[in-house]
Amino acid sequence: MKVHGAVYSTASQRVFACLYEKQLEFELVPIDMIGAGAHKKEPFISLNPFGQVPAFEDGDLTLFESRAINLYIAHAYADKGTQLVYDGKKMATVSVWMEVEAHQFGPVALKLVWELVLNPTLGMTTDAAVVQEAAAKLGQVLDIYEARLGQSKYLGGDDFTLVDLHHLPFIQSLMGSQVKKLFDSRPRVSAWCTQILARPAWLKVVAMQVNN
Amino acid sequence: MATPVKVYGPAFSTAVSRVLACLIEKDVEFQLVAVNMAKGEHKKPDYLKIQPFGQVPAFQDESISLFESRAICRYVSEKYANQGNKGLYGTNPLEKASIDQWLEAEGQNFSPPSSALVFQLAFAPRMKIKQDEGLIRQSEEKLNKVLDVYEKRLGENRYLAGDEFTLADLSHLPNTHYLVNATERGELVTSRENLARWWGEISSRESWKKVVDMQK
Repeated sequence: MKVHGAVYSTASQRVFACLYEKQLEFELVPIDMIGAGAHKKEPFISLNPFGQVPAFEDGDLTLFESRAINLYIAHAYADKGTQLVYDGKKMATVSVWMEVEAHQFGPVALKLVWELVLNPTLGMTTDAAVVQEAAAKLGQVLDIYEARLGQSKYLGGDDFTLVDLHHLPFIQSLMGSQVKKLFDSRPRVSAWCTQILARPAWLKVVAMQVNN
Repeated sequence: MATPVKVYGPAFSTAVSRVLACLIEKDVEFQLVAVNMAKGEHKKPDYLKIQPFGQVPAFQDESISLFESRAICRYVSEKYANQGNKGLYGTNPLEKASIDQWLEAEGQNFSPPSSALVFQLAFAPRMKIKQDEGLIRQSEEKLNKVLDVYEKRLGENRYLAGDEFTLADLSHLPNTHYLVNATERGELVTSRENLARWWGEISSRESWKKVVDMQK
């Protein structure tokens, strides 16, 4: 199995996390985005015509979109490592909250990651108005998470699943920013974050950035 | 006979119509429950119990309550795998993986700029909301790049995930319908040969025609 991506890419991290949870061996093929713009050129563009990392190979199968890659891995290797998906009705609820991460949490979290974490690293200014608006929106989403986590231990149900895993890259990043307080100030959200960020598989993903 | 499933929300909503198209493809009987959004019904406590983000659609059958249109579509396609369009969510794991990939591409790359354009050009004027010219320009630029990728893909494949119509194509019906029929940017689709061919095929499916009828 190969992941074409970068250790600092949140979407790539989403796939690394899944592979580590499933205890699957994989090779990282580094894609130099910042220096060479390699994600917009061949050979990468044949793997993902949208020119975004990551892309994934398992034998003859190639896939893009980190959440789709993870759905494939979780089902294809259901009997290995952590159970991340289910069959039947239980999966429906997981599926709902996976969409919530993709469409409610993800976009606003990504905006904040760009403004508060990436732009400063790239020497660009932070737009305070954008941050204020996005932080308010994220707060509203986290209010709903706070209520949800009163009904079940994890977002998708009583066990850790792909839902929680998909949040890890953005949460890790935002915990190092001024919006950390949005997570800390909500007790159930805070406890959930502490739990999932401490998972051994996630710590391996974090270590990839340190070692590179 | 099974109780009809319930879908909450107006048929003109793109997300609601996504679910309706799926239910019709799968021959699943449903009841459309009105949610008066003009009166803010979707933000009231009773509705928030079934959709905590205050958006449409919500869905209920005899065993479960769900929201998020693409999750509902996946559930319906799995639960009713053996009726209606049996290949809608693939018939094996590799087909499913390809469909999930293009469903994610739809949700992450196609939907944001197309939704913004459709809202700004088709809905904002009707709602007497001032159009955001900057957002329109930005969305059109993004959508153009995305549609170039689709144009290439649909030159190589009849449908997005392969040779058959799947959930991946279905998911694009609502926004594309408004783009082509309710804005002056329809040529984004119709001027691209392969995209136009694909749009002609998927929009003339009986299931989509029924949804469009419900929107009137």
